[in-house]
Amino acid sequence: MIGSVLGEVAAQFAILSLLSIGGANAVIPEIQRRAVEVEHWMTNADFTQLFALSQAAPGPNVLIVSLIGWKVAGVLGGVVALLAMSGPSSILTYAVAHAWERFRDAPWRIAIQRGLAPVTVGLILASGYVLTRAADHNWVAYAITGATLLLASTTRLHPLSLLAVAAALGAFGLV
Amino acid sequence: MSGSAAADAAPAVSASALFVAFLKIGLSGFGGVLPFAHRMLVDRQGWLAEQEFIDVLSLSQFLPGPNIVNVSIIVGRRFQGVAGSVAACLGLLMMPLVIVLALASIYAQFAQVDAVRGACNGISSAASGLILAMALRMARPLRKTPWQVAIGVVAFVGIGLLRVPLLWLFAVLAPLSIAIAWRRA
Repeated sequence: MIGSVLGEVAAQFAILSLLSIGGANAVIPEIQRRAVEVEHWMTNADFTQLFALSQAAPGPNVLIVSLIGWKVAGVLGGVVALLAMSGPSSILTYAVAHAWERFRDAPWRIAIQRGLAPVTVGLILASGYVLTRAADHNWVAYAITGATLLLASTTRLHPLSLLAVAAALGAFGLV
Repeated sequence: MSGSAAADAAPAVSASALFVAFLKIGLSGFGGVLPFAHRMLVDRQGWLAEQEFIDVLSLSQFLPGPNIVNVSIIVGRRFQGVAGSVAACLGLLMMPLVIVLALASIYAQFAQVDAVRGACNGISSAASGLILAMALRMARPLRKTPWQVAIGVVAFVGIGLLRVPLLWLFAVLAPLSIAIAWRRA
């Protein structure tokens, strides 16, 4: 039983690994779609909380996948999810790193880069939108999202300080 | 600069040094560790020149996979081959994985406490804003190219509003977008 659940976690994230052009942030809507809508591993509220935890911990933002795996199949699920999300893309990266550097100025390489850039931006924007819809249920929450967006865009404040202020507001029951 | 010339000039870096450096990188960043990778690899260790770091980063962002994991694979490979990639990647992910799973277990105990739930909600709202800010920052250089704006809007609407499976969207939009870029070049 646990073996088949782990296999399912591994399969889902191994596919996502090769689709995550633009990094983990670009596939958050797809992770949410698979975990909540397709696999019914958790509710939207669970997903939002795991996302918040992944942001509150040090380390790369890909750690959200290990929390999804943890929720589904415990610590082993967390390890398997992270391995599956990192493994296939790492092997591909290792294989093409050398060739890619040789073709730095090739026209086809520039076309691929210019073509994929707007897709990535659209996907990350969709991540922000999906997360906002999932996380914000009242005007205070929307105000925090909006204020963070504004401050992160116009000042050099450390992201952690913005998260800390929002956590404090939440802890006092304002969100 | 050719790859082999860069490799000849590169300093000797052991697998254990790679492990330790990426361990520190992994533990130093919150909500994204790329700026810390730059400080460690370029400024503190001097393993990569500025332009080499930019090349490594652009390849990492273009290929699928978590960007910083790809950085660890490429940098590890450059100095120690497979052993270097494995050491750098393990160093990067091991401790953050332990910490985040421990945090999740603790959170599960206290999830019923209002203040803990509230703090978590506040972080979610702010983190959404951080991701929106990042997307808008990345969109800025593309905004003067109408076809790129159009592709970005289609990707956003398809995934964000219509909830199309990512695989389908990629299968249609990526070749289309690359073909347009090719014809415009």
